[in-house]
Amino acid sequence: MKQSQDLTLRRASRLSQFREYAIQAALIGCSLVAIFTTIGIVASLAFEAIRFFGKIPVQSFLFGLEWSPQTAIRDDQVGASGAFGVLPLLAGTLLISCIAMTVATPLGLLSAVYLAEFASPKSRNLVKPMLELLAGIPTVVYGFFAVLVVAPLIRGSGAELGLQISSESALAAGSVMGIMLVPYISSLSDDVINAVPQAIRDASYGMGATHTETVTKVVLPAATPGIIGSLLLAISRAIGETMIVVMAAGLAANLTANPFEAVTTMTVQIVTLLTGDQEFDSAKTLAAFAIALFLLVLTLGLNIFALRLVDKYKRKYA
Amino acid sequence: MSTDMPANKPIMTARNVDVFYGKKQAIDNVSLDIPENQITALIGPSGCGKSTFLRCFNRMNDTIQICRVKGDIRFAGQDIYDPKVDVVALRSRIGMVFQKANPFPKSIFDNVAYGPRIHSLSDSKEHLEDIVITSLKRAGLYDEVSDRLDEPGTSLSGGQQQRLCIARAIAVDPQIILMDEPCSALDPIATAIIEELMDSMKEKYTIVIVTHSMQQAARVSQQTAFFHLGELVESGDTEAIFTNPEKERTQNYISGRIG
Amino acid sequence: MPDYLLTTSPQMAKRHKRHKRFQWYGRIAIAISISFMLFMFTAIFFRGIGAFQKTMVAVDIQFTESQIDPSGVRDATSLKQANYKPILLQGLQQVIPGATERRDRNNLYKLLSNGAAFDLGARVANTPDLIGTSERVWVAASSEVDLYVKGKIDPREIPEELRRLKDQDIAWIETLRDAGQIKKKFNTAFFTNGDSRSPEMAGILSAAIGSFFSLLICFSIAFPLGILTAVYLEEYAKKSKLTDLIEVNINNLAAVPSIVFGLLGLAIFLNFFNLPRSTPLVGGMVLALMTLPTIIIASRSILRSVPQATRDAALGLGASKTQTTFHHVVPLAMPGMLTGTILGMARALGETAPLLMIGMVAFIVDVPKGVTDVATALPVQIFLWADSPEKGFVELTSAAIMVLLVFLILMNVFAVYLRKKLERRW
Repeated sequence: MKQSQDLTLRRASRLSQFREYAIQAALIGCSLVAIFTTIGIVASLAFEAIRFFGKIPVQSFLFGLEWSPQTAIRDDQVGASGAFGVLPLLAGTLLISCIAMTVATPLGLLSAVYLAEFASPKSRNLVKPMLELLAGIPTVVYGFFAVLVVAPLIRGSGAELGLQISSESALAAGSVMGIMLVPYISSLSDDVINAVPQAIRDASYGMGATHTETVTKVVLPAATPGIIGSLLLAISRAIGETMIVVMAAGLAANLTANPFEAVTTMTVQIVTLLTGDQEFDSAKTLAAFAIALFLLVLTLGLNIFALRLVDKYKRKYA
Repeated sequence: MSTDMPANKPIMTARNVDVFYGKKQAIDNVSLDIPENQITALIGPSGCGKSTFLRCFNRMNDTIQICRVKGDIRFAGQDIYDPKVDVVALRSRIGMVFQKANPFPKSIFDNVAYGPRIHSLSDSKEHLEDIVITSLKRAGLYDEVSDRLDEPGTSLSGGQQQRLCIARAIAVDPQIILMDEPCSALDPIATAIIEELMDSMKEKYTIVIVTHSMQQAARVSQQTAFFHLGELVESGDTEAIFTNPEKERTQNYISGRIG
Repeated sequence: MPDYLLTTSPQMAKRHKRHKRFQWYGRIAIAISISFMLFMFTAIFFRGIGAFQKTMVAVDIQFTESQIDPSGVRDATSLKQANYKPILLQGLQQVIPGATERRDRNNLYKLLSNGAAFDLGARVANTPDLIGTSERVWVAASSEVDLYVKGKIDPREIPEELRRLKDQDIAWIETLRDAGQIKKKFNTAFFTNGDSRSPEMAGILSAAIGSFFSLLICFSIAFPLGILTAVYLEEYAKKSKLTDLIEVNINNLAAVPSIVFGLLGLAIFLNFFNLPRSTPLVGGMVLALMTLPTIIIASRSILRSVPQATRDAALGLGASKTQTTFHHVVPLAMPGMLTGTILGMARALGETAPLLMIGMVAFIVDVPKGVTDVATALPVQIFLWADSPEKGFVELTSAAIMVLLVFLILMNVFAVYLRKKLERRW
């Protein structure tokens, strides 16, 4: 009796050992999905992009000043007449991102400083969730609002001032996108400001500095690398943002810095090239993947750089 | 170092001071005079409230939300907790050096120039440089850093950082300098340098120092106040406290039986 | 002794003023952001609230057998497809007898939605006993009439030739209104119909069901994958090159623009694996990959907050690593991980761009019955309606946004409720 009990125990333990291994293997398998996703993204974009570059030379994509994918289809002369220069798209993307950051940076930073330094716990508990709500609104809603309210408003007030403003102006899309970015900047910067050690604040108060002097002359300079990091993360989000620009920005690729004109962005072109029925081999469709690859490299580069900055900063005061 | 000298006339007086953290009472009915141009040491076991009491003098406790101060504290005859008092002006008269050296993440020069800049004490660039150099000299740091004033303050050694903080406090030209265990994080050599510095500073400034080291109190101070469990047990001439304490608790602490 | 502690010097006053001013900058910045949000919400609310009502016209119908079912077979399909236009027109002509000319008759009929005949057909097919009786039936008015009755178009502002609704139409509407045959009623069609070319017949049901199926797929993929990955990284993994790589990957995936996930879906799921295009299955898979990093990051921080004592207690009783993890740690962390997942789902519910890439941007009338049916999603429906030129769709777009926001708020409230419940645990 006793012996058999021992035996079952040993068997069970070997079985459970196997089970431990099996479960661990399954868990590793789950974790690998993240890697496979990355590989999938890079591979699918690169594969189609390479096919694109087989039809259109890389340099004319990267350095071309003209973007008009429509002509290639119409003339049925792939590469000969269709212009696939990404620079006008990049310029449009950057113009809109710049406008967005011009709106979002002061609003986001000042909100963050106020919430982190001046607000009473009560008002912080009230305001923070409201800003989070702003971050939770789907971008399609922002886009609709930009088209329906903001663009006519800007256009109308421009007309009052005697300005000719396009109804799909970069200003409308950019300023609405700016509001969308406020909560990102404010919550990231809030963390960064809170990480500045109390000791150097005390030092400043001990010298007879006012609260504002302490914030502007000691806390913010100390937090600068982290704040720059959070701004870069916001820029990367602005560059990759799709729905607001699809709805509120134009389709025409203009190489302009005028915020009153319509510009197009990389994400807008990806959507335009790939919605509707398309054969999968035309340079026009493949171009979307080349733009997306370009977009991915750009946003990831910005992100890695920004995260490094924030990390380095946090380690400094850890 | 300490000589038997009578207490100067007080520049700062505290009467019946109570301090509360929320519901907890940290300081219970303390009255103390701080004589001008002397060094007053606040001693006692850790957690006895001596640092809390020190921070009442320049109202640093204001930055802690749950902290309440009751009683009467006067600087040169003025009630510093009077609602009309400008705490910014107060702190520019009463400087502070903290337990752990806390230079700003700025250059050595900018660290010292911070106070004069915010208080607009200099009328020209040359004047500002002059203030910075004088302050560094007074803090006995100038010779060591004169060739690297634009390097970050955080690059200095611990003892140097603490003297930088002293120079920073001096640069505003305060009347009183509060020191909260300024040597607790330093090695004996750096400590000795700072103690020597304090002795030379008392000509010009009144110093209140919190220390957990009785030897340090005996070495540098003229007046000593012994705190225990939030109460002021005994205060008076340093020599008298250490050689002939009146209260038994003081005797016990000095001889090492409590602490 | 001078009273230099009192605020008297002009320089000191200036510094304090600067402090006050700086605080106001912060308050103003917050006020701008929040009032923008409130402005956006009210603008959408006032544009959308009208869509929950729609204008109906009462028509006295003679269900004459000779017109509906001359053969008398009462076959459901033929009842549905019978020509109800003359029946409706006869009803209208009882109130507006003047409209006898062909053109007038057409214009009169256009006051009704072109879905009115269809609805009537469905009604007769359901209850064939109606044939031979007469009854007052409320049918939907056309979108133009609807806008006019709701006061959204003012005919005095626009010259007649630029309007779809001519002066005569307006006179007819007023006659009908005086006869008590025009009323605004709750717009059930908005909640029970799919998309339609005519605003007055369009609804969000098919899009909402599409969203539901997509989220279902998204949840059933992302939740297990996400929490198991988090469990592995927090409880099992030792620091190695592989775990470093996984972590870097997760952090980077969180920053990839959502549209790129759509392209991944297009290239891999649709073109490589040949999964059905425009379906919630693929949409859910894409959304799952997109929300995975969020869920992993949130779950890891929850697992980290489970006290070490819990693990020590279980391990001390002789439980294996797996037993400790899955019997003790994971159950404790479950509400928190669910909270993170729901917040991720809320993001996924509002996501539009990747769904455009995999073709969930179609004109969907029928409600999808499963995850492999062609479907669209709520935010995509909003995008489509926002793009439609008809004025009636503005109202619908705003109303659909309101519905979407209500769902989002419900999900967030649920997540907060779960988090509160979690806080009570330890």
